[in-house]
Amino acid sequence: MSVQAWTYLVVGFTFALYIGIAWWSRVRSTAGFYVAGRGVPALANGMATGADWMSAASFISMAGLISFMGYTGTIYLMGWTGGYVLLALLLAPYLRKYGKFTTSEFVGDRYYSQTARLIAAGCTIFVSFIYIAGQMRGVGVVFSRFLEVNVNTGVLIGMVLVFIYATLGGMRGITYTQVAQYCVLIVAYLVPAIAISWKLTGNPIPQLGFGSQLVEGPNAGLFLLETLDALHRDLGLPEYTAAFVAGKKGMVDVFAITLALMVGTAGLPHVLIRFYTVPSARAARWSALWALVFIAILYTTAPAVATFARVNMIQTLNGVVYEEAPEWFTSWERTGLIAFEDKNGDGRILYSGDPEANELTVDQDIMVLANPEIAQLPAWVVALVAAGGLAAALSTAAGLLLVIASAISHDLCKSFLFPRMTEDRELLLARMAAGLAVIVAGYFGINPLGFVAQVVAFAFGLAASSFFPILVLGVFSKRTTKEGAIAGMVTGILFTASYIIYFRFVRPDAGADEWLFGISPEGIGTIGMLLNFTLAIVVSRFTPPPPEEVQRLVDEIRLPRRAPTEQ
Amino acid sequence: MAGRKADPEGYWRANLRLMAWLLACWFGVSYGLGIFLVEWLNQFRIGGFPLGFWFAQQGAIYAFVVLILIYVVAMDRIDRRHGVD
Repeated sequence: MSVQAWTYLVVGFTFALYIGIAWWSRVRSTAGFYVAGRGVPALANGMATGADWMSAASFISMAGLISFMGYTGTIYLMGWTGGYVLLALLLAPYLRKYGKFTTSEFVGDRYYSQTARLIAAGCTIFVSFIYIAGQMRGVGVVFSRFLEVNVNTGVLIGMVLVFIYATLGGMRGITYTQVAQYCVLIVAYLVPAIAISWKLTGNPIPQLGFGSQLVEGPNAGLFLLETLDALHRDLGLPEYTAAFVAGKKGMVDVFAITLALMVGTAGLPHVLIRFYTVPSARAARWSALWALVFIAILYTTAPAVATFARVNMIQTLNGVVYEEAPEWFTSWERTGLIAFEDKNGDGRILYSGDPEANELTVDQDIMVLANPEIAQLPAWVVALVAAGGLAAALSTAAGLLLVIASAISHDLCKSFLFPRMTEDRELLLARMAAGLAVIVAGYFGINPLGFVAQVVAFAFGLAASSFFPILVLGVFSKRTTKEGAIAGMVTGILFTASYIIYFRFVRPDAGADEWLFGISPEGIGTIGMLLNFTLAIVVSRFTPPPPEEVQRLVDEIRLPRRAPTEQ
Repeated sequence: MAGRKADPEGYWRANLRLMAWLLACWFGVSYGLGIFLVEWLNQFRIGGFPLGFWFAQQGAIYAFVVLILIYVVAMDRIDRRHGVD
């Protein structure tokens, strides 16, 4: 069977599975729609969190980005995993203990202010839309290459599918589809990684393989990373494993971006809301552990995939006569994601660190998608990767849609505009809001804002600078007041958003010497977060302390179970 | 729970102490070994990995998992000891 036939088969099967699960888990109550009735076991929630979390950016773009960045790719590897430590220790159990439906609701109750809740709901919607735009673009990329349909048609198919299972099953439907999607995406990621690791190094475990010796090719017997460093030196590129050298990001910037991504992870509404679906605070802690275990399986494999793809690409393409380039090269050339321009007219592909001489441009998004073809794996593996990429993009999109829908129907309409709405009405409204959000997300998928991972990186900066500080202070400092929280949130997000907009859209050509402390727009969330913390703490000192019942609420949240007063 | 007196203050102190230790390790492994000391650590190797590079792209992630594991197990015990489970 051809690659395309396999792809239709595998993708069709997984789509049918997702719809089936959505039908089986359809809901009729708002508690079911928003938080899956709080009955999700810790392990299942961990898996769902993994799929929710690992987006098109993690699956499709990340290994590709790392393979171009070398050591600097660490910002994504540590940045997108380390946040779970913060989540488990500082937020998940307490938000679960608080209960109710949304993170904004917690902000509103803890800071005894509808204004704070509205600002939080506004930030939620803003951050989630930025994030979802990247997912829809990922769906389009996968469809256009593997099913040979137009990118826009691909986005449309994705929209219809997400619409069906997000509106039908709400959080319950999304949770169990995400469990299935996790399984699909992790198998799809590991199978080619293991096969390539085995082929290149003779070690089937990719995590060990990229520290092993090569068994084939001109550099057999040498360590893979040494070979890669040597290839880079020959091409005039900075060594792969070297940190902070010329041509790579500096230490301060690496630090700032990593921190912004970690803190952003712990402040992303669609991740936080997953911890509302488990039965208890204790289950929330355990599910944070499971979530990171499931995520770490992919995240420790990704840097290995990055090095394999890099070695393979340089060895199979550099210096090769264009007409004799492998088949995958031509098929990806058609998508425009890989391009060759014969600058010196010798008919050979020349890959070089010197932009004047370099003749090969490779889009980072194809490194994972093309990897099985580069390594000449069978057609069904290629199809599996396509299904995995779709699972990653769709699961994250669905989680985000639910957060947007609940922010609109629960935080804006129910609490603010129509407080006397019945539960049936609210449920209907939540479904309509999800539908509307799908359409807006689809629009951004068809008119993308930039590279999948880059767009997503900004959502983290915004989440880091708006939510994380006031959520942590809300649990750990009883003295933080509503004035402090509002001042912190508003300053954090305004500062971060304007810095990003200024250096991305107004002055995109500005170099590192013009950045504040040499921190790139991706890392500026770190400063935004510090501003938020500082303002919230300082303003709280000069405003009247929170009322008695709010302090009691905080005491209550801190205990996993209501403590018996007399015994 | 029967027979044990709930002790919310002691519970919170124990929780904060555990958290402070774990967060210090979290910072030390990821930012310390993976970023600030990476160039110095790269002079050592484990297998084919420069050590600093390994911490940044592998070791830190394993450490995160272990830190959360310690946290959830220790918190289960702290919950029971202070009668708040």
